[in-house]
Amino acid sequence: MLAKRIIPCLDVTAGRVVKGVHFVELRDAGDPVEIARRYDEQGADELTFLDITASSDDRGILFRIIEQVAEQVFIPLTVGGGVRQVEDVRNLLNAGADKVSINTSAVLNPQLVADAAGRYGSQCIVVAIDAKQIQPGRWEVFTHGGRKATGLGVVEWAKKMQALGAGEILLTSMDRDGSKIGYDLQLIRAVTDALEIPLIASGGAGTLQHLADGVKLGGADAVLAASIFHYGEYTIQQAKQYMAQQGIVVRL
Amino acid sequence: MVDIAIIDYGMGNLRSVYQALRTVAPAASIVVTDDPQEVDQAARVVFPGQGAMPDCIRELDMRGLRAAVLHAARTKPFLGICIGLQMLFEHSEEGDIPGLAILPGRVVRFASNLRDAQNNKLKVPHMGWNQVQHGNHPLWEGIDQNARFYFVHSYYVCPQDAQFVQATSCYPQQFVCAVARDNLFAVQFHPEKSQGAGLMLLKNFVNWMPV
Repeated sequence: MLAKRIIPCLDVTAGRVVKGVHFVELRDAGDPVEIARRYDEQGADELTFLDITASSDDRGILFRIIEQVAEQVFIPLTVGGGVRQVEDVRNLLNAGADKVSINTSAVLNPQLVADAAGRYGSQCIVVAIDAKQIQPGRWEVFTHGGRKATGLGVVEWAKKMQALGAGEILLTSMDRDGSKIGYDLQLIRAVTDALEIPLIASGGAGTLQHLADGVKLGGADAVLAASIFHYGEYTIQQAKQYMAQQGIVVRL
Repeated sequence: MVDIAIIDYGMGNLRSVYQALRTVAPAASIVVTDDPQEVDQAARVVFPGQGAMPDCIRELDMRGLRAAVLHAARTKPFLGICIGLQMLFEHSEEGDIPGLAILPGRVVRFASNLRDAQNNKLKVPHMGWNQVQHGNHPLWEGIDQNARFYFVHSYYVCPQDAQFVQATSCYPQQFVCAVARDNLFAVQFHPEKSQGAGLMLLKNFVNWMPV
């Protein structure tokens, strides 16, 4: 049976992995290449790198990080942050990314998703959606690292991205991101049920039970987490053992 | 002389394949090439592929690589990966187009609205780590039954001839994920992204001496 995936997320700025609460208050978590290697050894199913500053200076550093990781780690690598045109997608793939995640630019220019998927295939195009609850049972898409409202409904937006060729949706609850109180399960359930393509749940995982809930209650195909792995609270292997005990199929 | 040629027809990222081969064969000369002559001269050929099969076939032909692929598939150790497996067959539902027809059979899409035994929705593409039940081919040496490999695909191959099947997986129905014939071996999953098991398969390919 297909395993549910556990994906550690490395937010990178100026060559370091950091983690914030609600997208701010950044805290240093270490060297990205070293962390990537450690997660690979622990059995991570994929790795996601998000370039959270995406300034032009940092861009070069990110490319070198991806190149180094791709030389040593043989699991899928997703890279996102600052992807604005098809050429950015190409450059990241050439640096060693297997998938590229598009967030703000998908909203500003949905055709980018279609063009990138058309050129490189849906399998390497992830659309990242930052969602905020605006009323019970309704969520809105935010961009620019969570600062800008778009007026777009999350479920409709996810379906549109699927129709344009996204291969996967990375769904982050901004209300929960960094909070460690658990994923927004209602949000995940609403979006995953509306999609044919896989959904990665993100934002809020603070315990191993939260990861299991994301799959069992939320219906996510993969769970993404940062803080609980970065600071050594749990290893990926512990997370997988825990999920397996809950009857979830994982790659042990 | 080139030991391993990775055929590059402009469809996506071959760096992963290159890096993984480099890791298992540090002394080998490995090229990523779109030059038919270089493919002809290589001792071993890797035929990767991602994206949509109609685009892959078109790009392959635009670069004049078809004859080199056909020749390699009949004469030397040859490893197809993902769309590089699908293209070997006669026909694909994706774009309703003919393939390279090296092996008899078709390529079909996973049904929509798939459900598992617990009635959970199964997404397409089939993406992630799934278990592989394999045969006795030398390329499986040192790889456990039910080892997990990384897949990402919406279409799968239906070989006409069961004797060429070298592995299957389930989603939720059984489907063929590896075939072999003489000097040719091809897989649906991505060995270059399948950690230890994937590297082992690539290492076995690099050392493979088909009879």
